[in-house]
Amino acid sequence: MTDAGWIILTGVLAATSCALLGTFLVLRKMSLLGDALSHAVLPGIAIAFFLSDSRAILPMFIGAAVFGLLTTLLVEAFHRRWAVPEDASIGIVFTALFALGVVLISVYAGQVDLDQECVLYGEIAYTPFDTLLWDNQEYGPRPVWILSGVLIFNLLFVGLLYKELTLASFDPGLSLSVGVSATLIHYLLMGAVSITTVASFESVGAILVVAMLIVPGASAYLWSDRLPRILGLAVIFGAVSAVAGYYLAGLWNSSIAGAIVVVLGVIFGVSVLVAPRQGLFAKLLQRGRLSIQVAQDHILLGMVRQVETSADQTWRLRDALGLASVHPWMARQAMRLLRRKGLVALEADATVDLTADGRRQGLQLLRGHRLWETYLNQLGLPQDHVHGPADAVEHYLDQSLRQEIGGLVADVGLDPQGKRIPDDSQNH
Amino acid sequence: MFDFLHVLHLHDATVRSVLFGSLLIGATGGVLGSFAVLRRRSLMGDALAHAALPGVALAFLWTGSKSLPVLISGATCTGVLGVLLIQFITTRTRIKADAAIGIVLTVFFGIGIVLLTHIQRSLVGNQAGLDKFLFGQAASMVEDDVRVMSVMSLLIIVVVLLLYKEFKALIFDPKFLQSLGYSLQRVDLALMGLIVLTVMVGLQAVGVVLIAAMLITPAVAARFWTERLHVMVVLAAFIGGLSGASGTFLSAQAPRVPTGPVMVLVATGLFVLSGLLAPRRGLLARWRRQRSNVLRERRHHFLRALVVLQERSDNAPRFRVDELVQELGWERRRVAGEARRLRRLHLVDCRDGHVQATAQGLAEGTFVVKSHRLWEHYLVYRDIVNADHVDRPADEVEHLLTPDILERLEEILQRDHGIDTERVVDIHGRGSQYRPAGRERNEVGT
Repeated sequence: MTDAGWIILTGVLAATSCALLGTFLVLRKMSLLGDALSHAVLPGIAIAFFLSDSRAILPMFIGAAVFGLLTTLLVEAFHRRWAVPEDASIGIVFTALFALGVVLISVYAGQVDLDQECVLYGEIAYTPFDTLLWDNQEYGPRPVWILSGVLIFNLLFVGLLYKELTLASFDPGLSLSVGVSATLIHYLLMGAVSITTVASFESVGAILVVAMLIVPGASAYLWSDRLPRILGLAVIFGAVSAVAGYYLAGLWNSSIAGAIVVVLGVIFGVSVLVAPRQGLFAKLLQRGRLSIQVAQDHILLGMVRQVETSADQTWRLRDALGLASVHPWMARQAMRLLRRKGLVALEADATVDLTADGRRQGLQLLRGHRLWETYLNQLGLPQDHVHGPADAVEHYLDQSLRQEIGGLVADVGLDPQGKRIPDDSQNH
Repeated sequence: MFDFLHVLHLHDATVRSVLFGSLLIGATGGVLGSFAVLRRRSLMGDALAHAALPGVALAFLWTGSKSLPVLISGATCTGVLGVLLIQFITTRTRIKADAAIGIVLTVFFGIGIVLLTHIQRSLVGNQAGLDKFLFGQAASMVEDDVRVMSVMSLLIIVVVLLLYKEFKALIFDPKFLQSLGYSLQRVDLALMGLIVLTVMVGLQAVGVVLIAAMLITPAVAARFWTERLHVMVVLAAFIGGLSGASGTFLSAQAPRVPTGPVMVLVATGLFVLSGLLAPRRGLLARWRRQRSNVLRERRHHFLRALVVLQERSDNAPRFRVDELVQELGWERRRVAGEARRLRRLHLVDCRDGHVQATAQGLAEGTFVVKSHRLWEHYLVYRDIVNADHVDRPADEVEHLLTPDILERLEEILQRDHGIDTERVVDIHGRGSQYRPAGRERNEVGT
């Protein structure tokens, strides 16, 4: 394989391993603990480095797991025993341990090939030169082997503990009552995160790994409500960012890990904008649709009210649009829809008229509106306060609700203002 | 003395000004951190600092200048942008605050790293020094920097003094602040603005990764010592200043070690010391309190046992240790130990294997017994607890009742239930006035 291939593979392996576990961190609202963890394993790595005098992976895993556990315990202890607010507790612990790690590394800087920059953003570009030698035979880059192992471990972890993780994440109480200790799951997850952090450390550094943990899961969470789909998407986002990040880094002449994180940021930004249902565009669209629906109702209501008071049943189009009291563009959309449904008819001389269907539907809306006013009035709301609420509710009162309210209010002939409540046309 | 100063480099004007600078940074961090921590905004500083990194790089790319005001301006822009984005994400999407902070923090930092590495690899020449912002190098401050920082710190502290009351109300009683006609958002914004400035002032010396600690750690350490805000602010400033100055000083002795981490470690040390030693909230004080509670409980039980034995044996004053062992259900060694301890307190006399309460001990024992029994009666007669279940709650309360509470209890029981409180006995015991309605009487002894 080419160097580029190895680098990309390393990035993809690191990003997917992280995404898998990170999703659970996001769902459990423990992103910041993940952040703290990836900072705090640094002294573990440094100590393992000095003690074993090599970059052997096992001492590093042990060192990281020990400090990961220590972080979780200390954060808990300060929070519970010393009444330190939880976020402050996280802040104190991870900064202290990270500072310890940096000091250790800089004190012994001459003796090991571990430097401060490596801590921050790793050096994934060196991956191809770090080959695994065994029996004088080269077996590809070491990080690829390590990260593959971690990925498999994480897949097994999530696969075997899927039900427990889900339960403990969404309902710790129920989880405990069926015999799954949420605390145990918590510590197992933190252990797995620590190990993943260390494995990714050489490639992406201790800080950028946090992005790989949190961002894919958070982005995927915007796209779906279903855990399997969220996990799948998170992994895909991770992989895509690794590939795209590699090429962008070449383009910008910059750190690859940094570029991967930038791509992750773009993915998150795009998700915030365009995700179905949760995205900003989708929400805007939905709101727009609702406004147009409300505008249609208002046009019908206005026209029907006019019918009530005067014989002249025609409206100039401009005035009819004004009834909606929304942006003219929205009003025109509403009118277009009303015409398409055959509720109004547009005449040649720019006047509009209610069709028989439109009249009936308008009257039903009016009935709903006035019934609600009457209902509120009879509940004790003064009569000059009932119009507003009725205006908001009228759009949601369907036939069966109208019937129910009709049954609730006594003497349904007139509304509080003394206007006639239209009959229920369904009964005639 | 002169030699000593020489060794410590304190004779050098630059070193002195650097030391002064980091002292100011630490103190300002402590002051603002007090408000940030109490307002539950501890990690805002962290997000801010990380988000400042791309600003530093961009400011350098655009202006080509490395002067502190330029870089700080850039840092402030992206830092504020980051905080606004966090707010946007938490209010407009379903992403929770923790993930939003994490996302903004790391993505901005990633952008910063891309820019920094780009600068390092593409531009030749005077780019060195930007990476000092990562971990902080106080020694890289020149006197102009210190002057800028001093002015900013002073400004921050003056504003805090002016808005002290408003901030205090914001933290402890936002509704009150609102009722006075203040806009919560505006006061909050002012506080956030000051936090932004504080972070920016400290950036060069402490670095973006660790500056959060200069806000959080001294403030939390100070919190252990006091319940009053102004004391906490002053103490936090002191702890922060001490960490800043001694961190700079220590790292100056080993030039390879960046300043930020050393400051943070000193601050953490002071935090741990505070957590251990602080007078009321500290761990040692709490242990001592717990210990004294345990001892008081033991003393009460011992004296109570003496009084009960005395009652039961028609006022025989002295008892063998065996009898006490049986009555208390303790190990023999503990009974003997407690007897020795109480003898030193002149509450009992021990003579040839027998224990006898002194007048003082007898008074205390009687008081405890009476507390226990009156409380039992109160619970039962007021229908608060069923008669079979009153022993345990009474056991817990007997150590806490004070003479005036006991007096009120007596009053209530005499007045409402006609109980002769002078000769009150165990509610289940012989001679008790209590008769449960419609049920067999339960024989449960004290």
